Amino acid sequence: MDSSTRKRLSSITSKVIMALAGLFLVVFLVVHLGINLLLLADDGGRAFSAAAEFMGTNPVIRVFEVVLFGGFLLHMAFGVMVSFQNRASRPVRYQHKNRSETSPLSRYMFHSGIIVFIFLVLHFIDYYFIKIGLVAPPAGIAPHDFYHRSLVLFANKGYSGVYLISFLFLGFHLNHAVQAAFQTIGLNHSKYMDAIKVGSTLYAIVVAGGFMVIPFWFILFR
Amino acid sequence: MNFTLKIWRQKNATDKGGLVTYNVENISPDSSFFEMLDVLNQQLIAKGEDPVSFDHDCREGICGTCSLYINGRPHGPLKGTTTCQLHMRSFRNGETIFVEPWRCGAFPVIKDLIVDRSAFDKIIQAGGYVSVNSGGIPDANTIPVPKSDADASFDAAACIGCGACVASCPNASAMLFVSAKVSHLALLPQGRVEAERRVQNMVAAMDSLGFGNCSNTYACEAECPKEITVANIARMNREFLAAKLFAEKEKQISFSL
Ligand code: SF4
Ligand code: FES
Repeated sequence: MDSSTRKRLSSITSKVIMALAGLFLVVFLVVHLGINLLLLADDGGRAFSAAAEFMGTNPVIRVFEVVLFGGFLLHMAFGVMVSFQNRASRPVRYQHKNRSETSPLSRYMFHSGIIVFIFLVLHFIDYYFIKIGLVAPPAGIAPHDFYHRSLVLFANKGYSGVYLISFLFLGFHLNHAVQAAFQTIGLNHSKYMDAIKVGSTLYAIVVAGGFMVIPFWFILFR
Repeated sequence: MNFTLKIWRQKNATDKGGLVTYNVENISPDSSFFEMLDVLNQQLIAKGEDPVSFDHDCREGICGTCSLYINGRPHGPLKGTTTCQLHMRSFRNGETIFVEPWRCGAFPVIKDLIVDRSAFDKIIQAGGYVSVNSGGIPDANTIPVPKSDADASFDAAACIGCGACVASCPNASAMLFVSAKVSHLALLPQGRVEAERRVQNMVAAMDSLGFGNCSNTYACEAECPKEITVANIARMNREFLAAKLFAEKEKQISFSL
């Protein structure tokens, strides 16, 4: 190994870090979805607010919030780095569009990732920055009142539209991502790989679909 | 059959190059893709033009010399087939066929459709071998190998090093090729001895040569003429991680006079 090969983190190591950070986010999404679905309870937001309160104050969760941000940052930083290296590896491109059969939308992971990232920025401005006091909450809503904040946002058709599109792309991203993460960390087995692929798709449908139910619910029933 | 060909022509490694349109007529549906190109080249020679350069050797699908990115797919439209085993009956009469060289920074074009694939040789040199002579043919069953390992190793060893995996990959990654070589040796007792060192050195060589990173699109598996599976990539990742994390330090012996 000469010095030029040692400077760069190995491609496999980079991807394993990305995959592990991604799998952590996959677990986080389930927790977040579980709490969001409490918005649908017909209790004037009591259950949802209690959950938000718990997430906002429990010390274990506070620590995990830092881990979570770290996970997002790692996943995005490595995603961008790997994508740029990938583009650079084919300086002269083909004239004819590639027609090789690939895992659905797997070649657009960077693009779907960017859309999810944009949503994440909006989400931060709408919730997190208000919570930590960086952004003033809209009139009449307390900084910690996520329930009414959500009602106001989902009442806005434009916001709901952006939200729906973002989660559609998150679904595409997850459909490929979950099974790909298993493959990257080496968990490909002749007996289980088909189940992992089906599980990946089911997970994507349940999570993306679960989040998307919320604006529809607000549009139809509130 | 008649075809319109759009072929990448490039005088040498530094020339910019571009697609040139040619027409060929009265091609037998049973002629191979290369025989069709031979007909074209005869026409070009008769006109005093430079014939199209392309790589080929065995023309029977075993050497891995042929390449060609045909209508957006390495080795053309047939699954599990090299370009030399592709016949014109796989195309529609009158079809326009795009023919391009493999595209990857690590595979620079030498002329027309020929690329320099010595990057693969460098990866092999980094560890794709067994260092010691493994001796004569042992008696049957003196070295037992589980059937599943023998099968997987043999399947991986079928890789002919053509580079179609790199050519089809949206990231120009060489993971399928390298994983085939790593797997084929790591699964057998004779190759196991150096497995940890091998996987680290071969991956380091691959990374240093400028191939892209695998993003699991599996285009390689779909296009590999030897149908090498991506399970090999997962095996290589496992081997690599295990070696990086758990390989014992090798004792350094220094000689002094
Ligand atoms: S893995 Fe398949 S496509 Fe890649 S070099 Fe080997 S035979 Fe060719
Ligand atoms: S020419 Fe040998 S494999 Fe095609």
